[in-house]
Amino acid sequence: MATAVAARTPARFRRTWDKYWYAWAMVLPVVAVLGVLIGYPLVRGIWLSFTDANEHNVAAVIGRLHLPDSYRFIGVRNYQSGLFGAGTRFWAVLGRTVVWTVSCTFFHYVLGLGLALLLNRPLRGRTVYRVLLILPWAVPAFISAFAWKLLMTRDNGILNYALSALGVSPLDWLGNDTLALISVIAVNVWLGVPFMMVAILGGLQSIPLELYEAAEVDGATPWQRFWHITVPGLRPVSATVILLGTIWSFNMFPVIFLMTGGGPGDATQILVTYAFSAAFEGVRDYAVSATYGVLILSMLVVYASIYRRALQSQGEGAW
Amino acid sequence: MQESVHVGRGGSRGTRYLVSSGLLFAGAALLAAGCHGSSGDGNAGEKKSADKKEAESVTITWWDTSDSTNEAPKFKDLISKFETKYPRIKVDYQNIPFDQARDKFKTAAQANTAPDVMRAEVAWTPEFASLRYLAPLDGTAAAEGIGDYLSAPLATNHYEGKLYGVPQVTDALALLYNKALLQKAGVAEPPATMDQLKQAALAVKAKAGADGLYLVPKGYFLLPFIYGAGGDLLHTDQKKISVNAPEAVKGLEVALDLIKSGAAAKPDLNSGYNQMQAGFKDGKVAMVINGPWSVADDFSGKAFADKNNLGIAPVPAGSTGKSGSPLGGHNYVAYAGSKNLDASYQFIQFMNSAENQAYLAKELGLLPTRSSTYKLPETAQNAVVSKFKSVIDKAVVRPTIPQGGQLLISLDQQYPRAVSGDKTPQAALDAVASDYKQFLKDWN
Repeated sequence: MATAVAARTPARFRRTWDKYWYAWAMVLPVVAVLGVLIGYPLVRGIWLSFTDANEHNVAAVIGRLHLPDSYRFIGVRNYQSGLFGAGTRFWAVLGRTVVWTVSCTFFHYVLGLGLALLLNRPLRGRTVYRVLLILPWAVPAFISAFAWKLLMTRDNGILNYALSALGVSPLDWLGNDTLALISVIAVNVWLGVPFMMVAILGGLQSIPLELYEAAEVDGATPWQRFWHITVPGLRPVSATVILLGTIWSFNMFPVIFLMTGGGPGDATQILVTYAFSAAFEGVRDYAVSATYGVLILSMLVVYASIYRRALQSQGEGAW
Repeated sequence: MQESVHVGRGGSRGTRYLVSSGLLFAGAALLAAGCHGSSGDGNAGEKKSADKKEAESVTITWWDTSDSTNEAPKFKDLISKFETKYPRIKVDYQNIPFDQARDKFKTAAQANTAPDVMRAEVAWTPEFASLRYLAPLDGTAAAEGIGDYLSAPLATNHYEGKLYGVPQVTDALALLYNKALLQKAGVAEPPATMDQLKQAALAVKAKAGADGLYLVPKGYFLLPFIYGAGGDLLHTDQKKISVNAPEAVKGLEVALDLIKSGAAAKPDLNSGYNQMQAGFKDGKVAMVINGPWSVADDFSGKAFADKNNLGIAPVPAGSTGKSGSPLGGHNYVAYAGSKNLDASYQFIQFMNSAENQAYLAKELGLLPTRSSTYKLPETAQNAVVSKFKSVIDKAVVRPTIPQGGQLLISLDQQYPRAVSGDKTPQAALDAVASDYKQFLKDWN
C-alpha cells in the first residue's frame, strides 16, 4: 500500500517516511520473516498446483549428478481431475469434513459455554475445577489421541469392559463407519472444549456486573438475564472463537490420523487427512498435494470472509 | 512386509505418530523442491581431497532400520568386527525408526545428504532405484557371490536390468499354531489346505475353548488367500491390474468365509494385529498367519513358555493346491551420491557374508538370504530359521515396480469393508483396482 501512496503523492510519502521511518524499520524483520515462512511457500504451493511436479521431475542433487527441475505447467488439470475426475472422492470427503467441522464446533462452543457459566459463579474449589478442566488442552493432542484409541479398542478396551460390566453388549467404537465418526468427533470435542471454556470465561468476566444488578433490580428472570446480557456481552468473544474453532476443526489432522487413519475404509477421512494420504503415500506427488492445499485454503478464505461480512452487517465488526 | 513387523514391535500407537512426523518431512521436501543447490561443481577440489583420503580413513554412514533394542546390538557387533578388519573405514551407525526411514531417506537423497548405505525394505528398493537414488551394484564387491543368493529375495533388487541392492534378510508368512490347543481339539497334523484349516479351527472352537484362528484385516495378510486361489494384485508382464479378477475375488471369499463361519474370530478392524498377538500369546487363539518377526514376541507370552509348543507350517494351500505366501525382507542399498562408494561396497560385502548372516540367524532368528548360510551349523541350531526355510522357498515375489509400496494401502482400506459386510468382495476389490488406476495410469 505504501508504494501506491508514494506513486500518487511523493511529497506526502516523504513526510510520512520522515516521521515514521523507525516504525517501518521495526516492522521490517517481521515482514521479512513472514515473507520467507508464509509468503514464499504459499506462492510456491499455488504455482506447484498448476504443474505436474512429483518426485521424479523435481530438482535433485545426487553426488555429482545435478538434476534440474523438469516439471511442466499443465494449467488447471490437477483441479479438474481432483474435483471432477473419474474415481475422485473429493465431494464425499468434503461432505464428511463439513459434518465433522459443524458438529465439533457446535459441541465445543455449547459445552465450553456451559462449563464457563458454571465456573463463573463463586463455588468452593473453583481453581481446582478450572485446572482440571483445562488439562485436556495441556496434554499434547497425539498423546490424547493414542490414549483414547486404547480406551476404545474393541476387544480389550476399557470402554467395552465398562459396557460389559453393565450388561450392555460391547461396541466396535472405531470399527463401524458411523460409530467411528462419532468417536473421533467425541474425542476432538473433548480436546477442544477447554480452549472454548477459557476464552468464554474471559468474555464473561469482562461483562460489567452492574448490568446484572440493574436487571435483577428490574425483576428480570435468570433466563432473560442470560439472553439479554450474557449473550450480547459475549458476542465479540464468541465471534472470534467460533471462527477459530471452525478453522481448527476443519484442519484437525492428528486426532483422525492417529486414531483411525481415516478408516475403516475411508469412513472418517476428512480433507486434510485425505490430502495427506492421496499425495504422500508412495511416490510423492507435490502437484496434487499443493492442489489440495490450495483448495482447502480457498474454502477457508471464502468462509472467513462471508462470516466476517455477516458479522459486520450485524454491527459487530470490531475485529 | 515390515509394516506388520513394527506394528508388532513398537505397537501401532508409535507407528502412527511416526507417520505423522513424515508429514513434516514431506512438507520440508516441498520447500526443498524449490531451493535446490546452485553451488558450482567442485569437481577439482573433490578429486584432490579424494586422493588424500585414500591414505587416511574414511567414514561411511549406515542407516539401519532394524529393531533398536533387540537387533541393533548384534549389528553393532558385526560393525566392530568390520572396523577391526578394515581399520581404514569407520562406520557411523544410525538406527532410524522403520516408519520414518523411507520418507527420511528420500528427502535426504534429493538433497545429497543421504547415508552411504541404507537398509531398504524390499518394496522400497525399486522405488528408490527409479528415482535414481541408488548406485548399481553389478560387478562391485557388494555383489560378490551373487549366485549364492536365494533367487526370490534377490529378485526384489533388480530394476530395469540392473542390480540395486543385495538382500540382507528375508521373511514370509506362515501358519503359526499352538500345538497343545490343536491336540486338545484332536487335530493331529497342522492343516495343509484351506478346507482343513476351517475344519481344524472349528474343532478347536468346539473342543478346546479357544478361537481357532485370527486373521488380521490388513492387505498384506490377505495375500496368501489371493495367491492360493491363483490370483495376484498385478500381472506385471502384461501391465494388467488383476486385483479384481475372479481368482483374487475367490481368495477374498475364502478368507471371509473363515470369519463368517466362526472358524476365525471376528477381527478387530482397527488394531487387528495387536489383538491377534495378544490372543495368540495368551492361548486364546490356536492359529495365526504371521511372519518370523513375530516369533520372539510369541515366545514372550504364557502360551509359549515352552517354546516347543509353537508350531510352524506353510500357509495352507488354496484351491490351486499351492501355498502362496508374500515375500518380505530388507536389502542393503548404496546411495548413488556417496563419496565413498568403494568403502560402502566393501561394507555391504562384509555384512552380508555367509558367516555373518549365520551369526544373525543364530542370535536373532533372522532368515539368511544366502543358500550357503543355511548349510552352516550355526544356522541349523536355530529351529525357527530352519522351519521357515521351506516357506521361503515357495514365497511369491511381489511386483518390483516403483509403485510397489503403494499397492497395499488401498487393500488395507477395502479388505475391512468386505469383512464388515459394507461391500461385497467384488465391489471391495473393484474399488482397489480403481485406486490402482490412479497411480498406474497406462495399465489396464
